[in-house]
Amino acid sequence: MLHNQYSFTTSPSALVQVAEIASNYKGQQDKLMDVIIAVQKVVPSLAEDVAAVIAREMGLSQNHVYSFVTFYEYLSVKPHGKYTIRMCSSAPCHVRGAKEVMETIIQMLGINIGETTPDDRFTIEVCPCLGICDISPVIMINDEIYGDLNPEKARELIKKYKRENV
Amino acid sequence: MEEVHILLRNKNVEHMIDASVSMKMGGYDGLRNALSMDGAKVIETLKESGLRGRGGAGFPTWLKTKFAYDAPGDSKVVVCNADEGEPGTNKDRVLLSSDPHSIFEGMAIVGKAIGADRGYIYLRAEYSYLFPLLATALKSARNLNVLGNNILGSDFSFDIEVRSGAGAYVCGEETALFESIEGKRGEPRTRPPFPGTYGLFGLPTVLNNVETLANIGPIFSNGIEWFRSIGSENSPGTKLFTVIGNVEKRGVFEFPMGVNLKDIIYEVCGGIAGGKELLAVQTGGSSGAIINPGQIDIPLDIDHVASSGGRLGCGTIFVIDDSNCVLDIVKNTLEFFTNESCGKCIPCREGGVQLLKLITKISQGKGYVRDIDTMIDLSITMRETALCGLGHSTAIPVMTSISNFREIYDKHLDKDYCPKCSPKEETPERGLND
Repeated sequence: MLHNQYSFTTSPSALVQVAEIASNYKGQQDKLMDVIIAVQKVVPSLAEDVAAVIAREMGLSQNHVYSFVTFYEYLSVKPHGKYTIRMCSSAPCHVRGAKEVMETIIQMLGINIGETTPDDRFTIEVCPCLGICDISPVIMINDEIYGDLNPEKARELIKKYKRENV
Repeated sequence: MEEVHILLRNKNVEHMIDASVSMKMGGYDGLRNALSMDGAKVIETLKESGLRGRGGAGFPTWLKTKFAYDAPGDSKVVVCNADEGEPGTNKDRVLLSSDPHSIFEGMAIVGKAIGADRGYIYLRAEYSYLFPLLATALKSARNLNVLGNNILGSDFSFDIEVRSGAGAYVCGEETALFESIEGKRGEPRTRPPFPGTYGLFGLPTVLNNVETLANIGPIFSNGIEWFRSIGSENSPGTKLFTVIGNVEKRGVFEFPMGVNLKDIIYEVCGGIAGGKELLAVQTGGSSGAIINPGQIDIPLDIDHVASSGGRLGCGTIFVIDDSNCVLDIVKNTLEFFTNESCGKCIPCREGGVQLLKLITKISQGKGYVRDIDTMIDLSITMRETALCGLGHSTAIPVMTSISNFREIYDKHLDKDYCPKCSPKEETPERGLND
């Protein structure tokens, strides 16, 4: 299963873009994070073919790129949906009802944590503290923060994201 | 109770990203003074100020700086740890967004001390919205020559680069952070060698927390006497406290070191929200001690909290009301630590998993007294043998909750019903219909 996800096929035009980004940093291993963050904006996932191009252009082993990507929570070898919903599960959110908010979102989208909806619109993940605990419980949808949530507010929010492009 | 704003002095000033605004407010005055000193004198000033690290360990800042100063080599680096991952901690985000120049200034002064020409800010991915802000602030600092070549006409040159994390708590550990900046998995290194001699890119390195760095400019502009007049004897200065959880008023507050914990909870933050009662307080984030209501009348400075078995850590005060259960909190904390363990060393990788299994078993009313002994045993082993702070601190909430809330553990051992922990009969339904 995991192998299949890593083997996701990326479009040739996207791979050309990846090569353009990575080729600027040949031999600069310390720029790998910057390259990957930039690459993640042009490809659906950091799949095997993407890793191969980054490795070739930067002069790293493909194994190094793969092991790097799989170490960090914000990097993924699996394609994500249009909106990645990160739900904070840390204690400060937990004591203010994060569990109920999470259950609501899971129920509304009908997928489990780590999965993507069949229409490729949503991916849900739990994450540790987002550092905005003065408005906990908090979730982040792509780069947007939503706080002081309860099940009703979460339901309205997800409805909005289902209907509109935010 | 009035806050004392030193680090947050510019919180309500507009356009603080602009270096010229920062300079109007006295920003970079400290750097100007430091530029006329040699490295040894800068370190001497840091020593006399008594400044200690604000990231968690409370290590004397001057000593850290001296290690790198004494190390041989022409090329040295300064690193700012902005990987604020400790659950419940927001202070560095507030500092970075309200007064970024105070952090650049602190880095430049440390750079001057050790003879470094470059610094790195390692920012966590969760704060991605701060990248553009920091880039603008850095550019404006270079334009006014408070960063870059020959700063303010001196022979000292120093510049700063921002590097991103990607969601790994362990990267807040200094050597893991170096590995991450170097483009590798963020796994901690075995020490020695220590960062003072072999840090980022193998160079002598000084790594400081955001809040520590923000203290340095004011020390060099207002003087040692002034700084030592605030706070307590062994921990001079102010501290940022992030108060979160079940209190009426949550947020980041600045008080002199030594402020009373009880006063912060009840006077500053309006007590427990929703008319509930206090169950427990965890100080220092998820890796801190969990204490009971009888223990909260303590002064918050580095040594006092340490001598009472906890740690001030990054100054996070997590208030938990009586609708919660301490075992449920410990379980949540252990879920966090097992998820964030990098897996490099066995005590942390396996110890965390076993602790989580045991607390789950006990909380569900299936535990035995000897399970608690096993938990203590495992915690001690982790504390003594884990490779880095992550493994060491996993033990703290476990050990302190057992010693401070033994009666709650006993209730679960007696299989008394617990509304939070006891297994629920029904499983929630799931479907696409909302």
